[in-house]
Amino acid sequence: MTLRFDKLGIVIAAIVAYAALFAPFATFRANRIVPGQARSILEALPPTLGMLLLAIVIVGGIIALLKTPLIIRLAASIVALVALAILIGVAGAFLTPDGNTFARIAPASGFWLLIFAFTLLLADVLTRLNLSPWSRVGVLMIAALAIAALLVSGLWDSLSILKEYASRADSFWAEASKHVTLALGSLVGAVIVGIPLGILCHRVETLRAGVLNVLNIIQTIPSIALFGLLIAPLGWVALHVPGAAAIGIRGIGTAPAFVALFLYSLLPVVANTVVGLAGVPRAANDAARGMGMTDRQRLLDVEFPLAFPVILTGIRIVLVQNIGLATIAALIGGGGFGVFVFQGVGQTAMDLVLLGALPTVALAFAAAIILDAVIEMTATKRRVETA
Amino acid sequence: MIEIEGITKRYDATTVVDNVSMVIEPRTIATIVGTSGSGKTTLLRMINRLVEPTSGVVRLDGADNRSVPGYQLRRSIGYAIQGHGLFPHRTVAQNIATVPLLLGWDRDRIKARVDELMTLYQLDPQAYGPRYPHELSGGQQQRVGVARALAAEPNVLLMDEPFGALDPIIRTKAQEDLLAIQKRFGTTIILVTHDMEEAVHLGDKIAVMDAGKLVQYAKPAEILARPASDFVETLVGASEKPFRLLSLGPVRDAVEPGGAEGEAIPGDATQRDALAELLWSGRPALPVKDADGKLLGRVTVEGLVKRAARPQ
Repeated sequence: MTLRFDKLGIVIAAIVAYAALFAPFATFRANRIVPGQARSILEALPPTLGMLLLAIVIVGGIIALLKTPLIIRLAASIVALVALAILIGVAGAFLTPDGNTFARIAPASGFWLLIFAFTLLLADVLTRLNLSPWSRVGVLMIAALAIAALLVSGLWDSLSILKEYASRADSFWAEASKHVTLALGSLVGAVIVGIPLGILCHRVETLRAGVLNVLNIIQTIPSIALFGLLIAPLGWVALHVPGAAAIGIRGIGTAPAFVALFLYSLLPVVANTVVGLAGVPRAANDAARGMGMTDRQRLLDVEFPLAFPVILTGIRIVLVQNIGLATIAALIGGGGFGVFVFQGVGQTAMDLVLLGALPTVALAFAAAIILDAVIEMTATKRRVETA
Repeated sequence: MIEIEGITKRYDATTVVDNVSMVIEPRTIATIVGTSGSGKTTLLRMINRLVEPTSGVVRLDGADNRSVPGYQLRRSIGYAIQGHGLFPHRTVAQNIATVPLLLGWDRDRIKARVDELMTLYQLDPQAYGPRYPHELSGGQQQRVGVARALAAEPNVLLMDEPFGALDPIIRTKAQEDLLAIQKRFGTTIILVTHDMEEAVHLGDKIAVMDAGKLVQYAKPAEILARPASDFVETLVGASEKPFRLLSLGPVRDAVEPGGAEGEAIPGDATQRDALAELLWSGRPALPVKDADGKLLGRVTVEGLVKRAARPQ
């Protein structure tokens, strides 16, 4: 009998082998800023649990390596991810000396690589299962609930990131809401301005190249430079426009961050609106006119619905991009998860950096999955027709 | 009745339609034929004001077509185009209901009309109504396109190469359907085509356009017998002329007394079909039957050949 290997599985198995056998599973530090000491899986866990975890990931790696049925790959990836998530919490409690509140236990490269490898396996299985948009959102919800349950259960409380969280719980949620407000608010602004601008560019050909070029140039300005450029005009507005300062417009702070994110968001929205409208079949447009639709009816009943999936793709790009970019807003006092990232960098406290970075990545990831599902639903509504 | 009077369309220096005048009688089909760039589509689009003329007047039943806003005018005129232009995001039933909906018909009336048209076009309303256009074959899509154009019971139907994208078999069927429906509703149809065969077959009158000018506007037999210019002559196709002439008349008109051997040909078939059958089977004569199977007489090769000669 010959064994057959799975192409992606070879990569996954290699990562698993390195991460489980050679990379450190957790880091132990006497306090939050001194360099840490590496702990392997067997050192970081009680002997039986250590052996169990090692067995789970190695079997999981072998299942990934060989050509195995999808259902087995699915089970292997889920079991491995759940075991990793639970046992890293156990390792935190196990490694912390009794009564010591200064010691910090953090997941180390081996843990992250194992999470990455099995997430890759899970994502590959889910792609091959060809799930419907709703089930993909469902899987996302289950994952989010599982993570929430672990957080609430207190199992991870001995890990360094959550210790950083515990001392900043209030400001964490305040910054989280600022982050979401910045990312979503600038998106809403860009949609309100960008879609009509895109329609205008579609109708008035002479305008198109000019507008798209200007937006392209804005897109190439580095974000920090754009913040700097905005300080002067917004400061002037705050001083000279009555009421502007009262609603929070200043040279630094949330206003320039909001304006910068808004400007970055315009190009994808406008460009995708133009492309979407240009993709409307000529014959459908001609027929709409020939049957007596007014320009407004044609736009709302024919052009816009047909262009909508493409416009939505632009909105998806903007949302994911904004969730990431909003991190930079902290540099000019705009708030958001970036606050923890930059504080952490300043204090060389990696755990604090992660406290800002992990929620940002999770948000962007979730936004991408949800919007992809919505795009697929709007695009397939007119293709798939169940009898 | 559609009266086109001295209509001209200029884009900057180029004259696309040059001082065209013609009258289309009610309840007839006029075909406009010409090469691409001859201005035939522009002429058609000036009737429902998708293109506004530079000068000249179009009157529908005596009323200037500029007496109502363009979009209202277009709701009262059927419009079918090549590649059908169905809305891909709407079902077949919704597509057909487009103009009645714009006109504000009530739901029951719209549903009744959609069902009537779909049945007329041999599309089961239950099965095909909820489908999307991409789920239909090319011929079905084209039928839905014409049904949609007829939905609001227009007196006038404009068609721009409506059968251009169809294969020859479906195309013939679509042409027969159109003739039947024209007879049933008494719609005045103006149909643009580049295919002389189609123009001769469908048109009560044919308008030949060349470089923006109306070169000849006459009955098909007249066009075939007396082409007004070399251009029309070329368009008709010298070698095709006798056969096109035969295709204009039914076998019934060519019947001679007497009988013949072999299978009969129906009286409704064209004389061209009869000649083809005679030549192919090598027989000198064919029996002719009417719709009830009653023997009418016979057609002969000799008789048909005489009829295919240039009319004096």
